[in-house]
Amino acid sequence: MRGSVINAIMSVTRFLPRNAMQQLIDALATSGYRVLGPQVRDGAILYDDLQEATALPGGWTDDQAPGSYRLSQVDTPRCFAWANGPQALKPELFRAREVLWRVSRDEGGTLRFQQEEVDGRPLAVIGVRACDIAALRLQDRHFLDNISDPYYAAHRRDLFVVAVHCSYPADTCFCVSTGDGPRAESGFDVALGELDDGFLVEVGSERGAQLIEGLALDPAGESRQEQLQAGIDDGARRQFRQLPSRNLRDSLFARLEHPRWETVAVRCLACGNCTSVCPTCFCHAEQETPSLDGMDSAHVREWDSCFSEGHAYLHGFQVRPEIRQRYRQWLVHKLGSWHDQYGRSGCVGCGRCIAWCPVGIDITEEANVICDGAGPGGGDA
Amino acid sequence: MNAYLPREAMIVERTEESPDTFTLQLRLTDGEPYSFAPGQFNMLYLYGSGEVPISIVGEDRQSGVLTHTIRALGRITNGLAALRPGDRIGLRGPYGRGWPMQQARNRDVIVVTGGLGCAPSVSIIHHVLEHRGDYGHLTILQGVKHTDDLIWREQYETWAALPDVTVLLAADVASPGWHGHVGLVTALFDQFRFEPGRSIAMLCGPEIMMRAAADGLHFRGLPADAIYLSMERNMQCAVGHCGHCQMGASFVCRDGPVFGWPEVRELLGTRGF
Repeated sequence: MRGSVINAIMSVTRFLPRNAMQQLIDALATSGYRVLGPQVRDGAILYDDLQEATALPGGWTDDQAPGSYRLSQVDTPRCFAWANGPQALKPELFRAREVLWRVSRDEGGTLRFQQEEVDGRPLAVIGVRACDIAALRLQDRHFLDNISDPYYAAHRRDLFVVAVHCSYPADTCFCVSTGDGPRAESGFDVALGELDDGFLVEVGSERGAQLIEGLALDPAGESRQEQLQAGIDDGARRQFRQLPSRNLRDSLFARLEHPRWETVAVRCLACGNCTSVCPTCFCHAEQETPSLDGMDSAHVREWDSCFSEGHAYLHGFQVRPEIRQRYRQWLVHKLGSWHDQYGRSGCVGCGRCIAWCPVGIDITEEANVICDGAGPGGGDA
Repeated sequence: MNAYLPREAMIVERTEESPDTFTLQLRLTDGEPYSFAPGQFNMLYLYGSGEVPISIVGEDRQSGVLTHTIRALGRITNGLAALRPGDRIGLRGPYGRGWPMQQARNRDVIVVTGGLGCAPSVSIIHHVLEHRGDYGHLTILQGVKHTDDLIWREQYETWAALPDVTVLLAADVASPGWHGHVGLVTALFDQFRFEPGRSIAMLCGPEIMMRAAADGLHFRGLPADAIYLSMERNMQCAVGHCGHCQMGASFVCRDGPVFGWPEVRELLGTRGF
């Protein structure tokens, strides 16, 4: 496609009427993508294969609070009148369970190692939030910089991101505080902004431009854009949770013996729900699954959690025997040493760890209590 | 290139070092080249059981045979202990940042080890002896809990007989006939002299021993940045992805296992890191 045409398509926000959503889904499918979209499943909004636009969660919203996530129906034609479901893109790219390689042993004892083939079908996901794009960038850095993870890389390679700007933050959301939302600024192929009668369409990549060009959409016009921005701004103003600052590295490491670690450990069940729903947590364990006849074995990796008993186990010695130490490890890593590792905090403000914690531990509350007295720059006042 | 995929290796020889410690000599069967730096480690894979990180003791360049000395402590290392010559395992590596052999050039080298910490450190000794002109005096201090735990006894005697090498041994509990020191390895610091301005120390052993050794050497004038230590953490991927080995911001498998003391000094004494 010629550069000037791409630029023209990318610079103009277009309008996709509500009844034309199916065309977008079909265009992605025709281009060879497996299309995923949010759908109501078991009382939550999850990504699943999407063929029909009518399967999107139209008229649903989520009510989230510490330890609570409930869906309810509201009187709106909108399909994205909710904040987020329990999972971001993480399970699609960094799979909860994935075979890395297989090994077989012949009768002479010779071992043959074989890399597991990765299903390379390109994936398109509709409905990605700004917080989840920020998390995607962090996972990219973790799994692709330095030594590239071939499995993550294969799932990630052709990912087509259809972002949706967020106008309906949950009470648990704090992406404004982390600087990651609610508007998706970049990192997408196409971004949608929803109004009652349809979607504003922005293009963020050449692939996105090609797709949108085929839909022959009209420009959105200024009043629709203003209406969308007003909705996003309104949502941003409703967020009341916040972290003390975007860089808590020094304040957290200066407070490793704060009494609050003990208080939160009394409540924490060390269940690992927070790390499972966190879109940036990357820990995983490697497991061996030999076949019953002993002739071959699969080497598997599964999500692990720094809250688990075995996470820091070292031949007869447990580096973090106490829950206090595990919660502290999670928080000082997430909000502290991520800055050293990846140049920013590991928290994108999605609030999932708050909603899905069975006892309602609130990361923003803990960080505020522990870092009380820290100045706006994260240093001590 | 898949960093997770092991290569096949065959056990060429197995040596019993002590009741719970053994040495495997391995040869990669694919014939592809392999090289490592002192202080790096390999992931050894026991068929059907899983992988463990094991430091590389040495390599015979002529035959390409790699040496690993292992203590049978868990499920996989106990399984490795049962293997015999001709058996096959998986091997991938080498991984991590090794000993600062470059920074150590033209300096006196002090190696302080405790227990099986001697295994990841013996590559320092081999390197210094192979490049004798590049390094100054070599001092080897090794401590064990019980004299029965001391492996490579003849090797220490051989090294001690070399010019410009000092070997001092310590055991907390000694059998009759023990000529070394009875007590902690750090007590040996009073039995030799070193020139703080031109020495470098490399420590490997239990953390409590390394903390005491670093403090003791620093107290005797060795600058903090001339002290290095090899850390041990739960490691599963060896490439900084799985997250288990994190110590503060460091992935011990990738950023270590060898660290300058100032890099880890603060968290070394903090329980839970």
